[in-house]
Amino acid sequence: MKKALFLSVLTLFSLASAEVRIGVIVSSTGPAASLGIPEKNTVALLPQTIAGQQIVYTILDDASDTTAAVTNARKLIQDTKVDLIIGTTTTPASLAMIDVVAEAKVPMISLAASEGIIKPVDAKRSWVFKTPQTDALMAAAIVQHMVQNNVKTVGYIGFNDAYGEGWSAELKKNAAARGLKIVAEERYARSDTSVTGQVLKLVAARPDAILIGASGVPAVLPQKALKDRGYGGKIYQTHGVANADFLRVGGRDVEGAILPAGPVLVADQLLTTNPTRKVGLAYMNLYEAKYGKDSVSTFGAHMWDAGLLLQRALPVALKKAKPGTAAFRSALRDALEGTRNVIGAHGIFNLSATDHLGLDARSRVMVQVVDGTWKLLPSR
Amino acid sequence: MQIFDPSIFPILAADGLTNGAVYALLSLALVLVFAVTRVIFVPMGEFVVFGTLTLAALQLGKVPGTVTLLLILLGLAAALEAARHLRRGHVTPAALTVGGAALLGAVLWGAAHWIAPLKPPLPVQVLLTLLLVAPLGPLLYRTVFQPLQNATVLVLLIASVALHLVLTGLALVFFGPEGSRTPPFAQGTVALGQVTLTWQSLLVILVSAVLMLALYVFFERTMPGKALRATAVNRLGARLVGISPTSAGTLTFTLAALIGALGGMLIGPSVAMTYDSGFLIGLKGFVGAIIGGLVSYPLAAAGALLVGLIESFASFSLSGWKEVIVFTLILPVLLWRSVITRHAPEDEE
Repeated sequence: MKKALFLSVLTLFSLASAEVRIGVIVSSTGPAASLGIPEKNTVALLPQTIAGQQIVYTILDDASDTTAAVTNARKLIQDTKVDLIIGTTTTPASLAMIDVVAEAKVPMISLAASEGIIKPVDAKRSWVFKTPQTDALMAAAIVQHMVQNNVKTVGYIGFNDAYGEGWSAELKKNAAARGLKIVAEERYARSDTSVTGQVLKLVAARPDAILIGASGVPAVLPQKALKDRGYGGKIYQTHGVANADFLRVGGRDVEGAILPAGPVLVADQLLTTNPTRKVGLAYMNLYEAKYGKDSVSTFGAHMWDAGLLLQRALPVALKKAKPGTAAFRSALRDALEGTRNVIGAHGIFNLSATDHLGLDARSRVMVQVVDGTWKLLPSR
Repeated sequence: MQIFDPSIFPILAADGLTNGAVYALLSLALVLVFAVTRVIFVPMGEFVVFGTLTLAALQLGKVPGTVTLLLILLGLAAALEAARHLRRGHVTPAALTVGGAALLGAVLWGAAHWIAPLKPPLPVQVLLTLLLVAPLGPLLYRTVFQPLQNATVLVLLIASVALHLVLTGLALVFFGPEGSRTPPFAQGTVALGQVTLTWQSLLVILVSAVLMLALYVFFERTMPGKALRATAVNRLGARLVGISPTSAGTLTFTLAALIGALGGMLIGPSVAMTYDSGFLIGLKGFVGAIIGGLVSYPLAAAGALLVGLIESFASFSLSGWKEVIVFTLILPVLLWRSVITRHAPEDEE
């Protein structure tokens, strides 16, 4: 009797709640926390209703851990019965989640950088989309800037992990294509207290420029050591450092660093004719109103862009099927693949059956650290 | 070999010694904690992190999260202590303990909230940091390890690992995901023969050396130091002659926290410390301690210096393999140790 009552209440509840369920997985603890926390914060700014449908967000933390990310994805699919998964923050964990979402036929929008997450679009990856620019896109921008500024030889120092490896590979590929010579390559660990040895070797090789393939505040260490050793060439950083903490911790030691970044980082310096300016500023104002001045970072904007894609795709999918069904998830996937000209904070998304990112060169700008702030460099 | 180039060798050696000096301090603390309480103290590196990040928070004029942790631990410790009194029917001491802890907590909270926004000069901030971080040692001992006093080494190790994870998580909550750097105590460089050293690294080496000397004097010349040594040599014997293992443990953990916080402030200016960078730093101190067999102070200190030097030279010649080289160092040492030590039957209580 009791059980029957419980079941009928459950049925009533599930009938009454025709809401769209979105599962969010981010790394709000662990090594990728500085990326995951602004992403999590941004979820609270996403719309609660789209096209009259209520949206329910379930946020889980994967602690920057691949196994936890996969477990969370399974949990969201089986227990929460989500229609879409947004996440996760890191590349290895996002790659591992592909199998899970493809098997359950749930669309997923990753917030991680690597190109391997969405390319090539095969049977499994047809369910996977992402919003952040790829390493390849950013590395091409760096090498282009180097070539334009008469850099002939490059030194590289990067993390002793997947991040550093990825950038090393992209730098080599792009440098080979444009005739740059890599004269020294060094590694260090995120927790290292000194990089004197590596820097001595880099400086001895006398490169015209040095790329630091690191993210967050540990990226300050090599640049400080290079300055201490009197290195006079150009120093490039990756977009992994584009947050306020890097400037705060780096202080005068990171003056002059050049890096590629999503346009949202310097939204207020973009030309007023640039369509991403408005979206970027709107996001910044919304975020800073809730979390305080100067709290915004480019990482949270990837989540914002995922929300924008959803807002375009969801109404299309809702016309075809009811939320909570396999037909709806499939329709949502098709709708995501068909989104064109979505103006996001990081660029303009034109997705297609062969491109599940849809960003082009408009999604990156070169910036330089000048007087402790990001300064937009003129594009050529 | 390129590393023996006279223009490179001294720089690498000085760099290795600077880092090695900090590892040496940590390895001494690890040996001390293990000898006296049989705890393999995994969270040693967390004291380093708390030291740096507390000072960094004070630099920004913010009240460091360490205060919150201190108050929570103080409350827990007072509750445990009061419960112990009450179980014996002693009401007045229980009330006094709780009252005293509440008063102390209020004073600490008030002092931190009053001083932090004033941005006092660096020495005051350093002192305040030590005042905030050093009591974490004895309080953690009271709440975590003292109740396990008679447990096996394995149980103590498990508690130690758990504590490490808890402290890392709390550091994330208190200080945020991104790290901080502290200002250098001394600017500029100094020329010693052919080598130019920064004042900061010279200071690190000097302070570490002075601290080691102070520890030596403490163990050889003072009563509490001798009591600690006695406990380390033979716990039961020490107890029979009237040395309380509890007070020995409390003293040990105070010293460990103090050394950790100092170490953190010493390397803070050269590296951006994040909430989770303590583990690897602690681990390198641990390699030193292992070289000393977790019993010998001079060997542990020498081992830690060796770790620093190897790290420095490895980062020059084979940077991608640096961590592998440093941690592989443990293997031959363990092998050698297992050959030379006789295995007494386990004398666990």
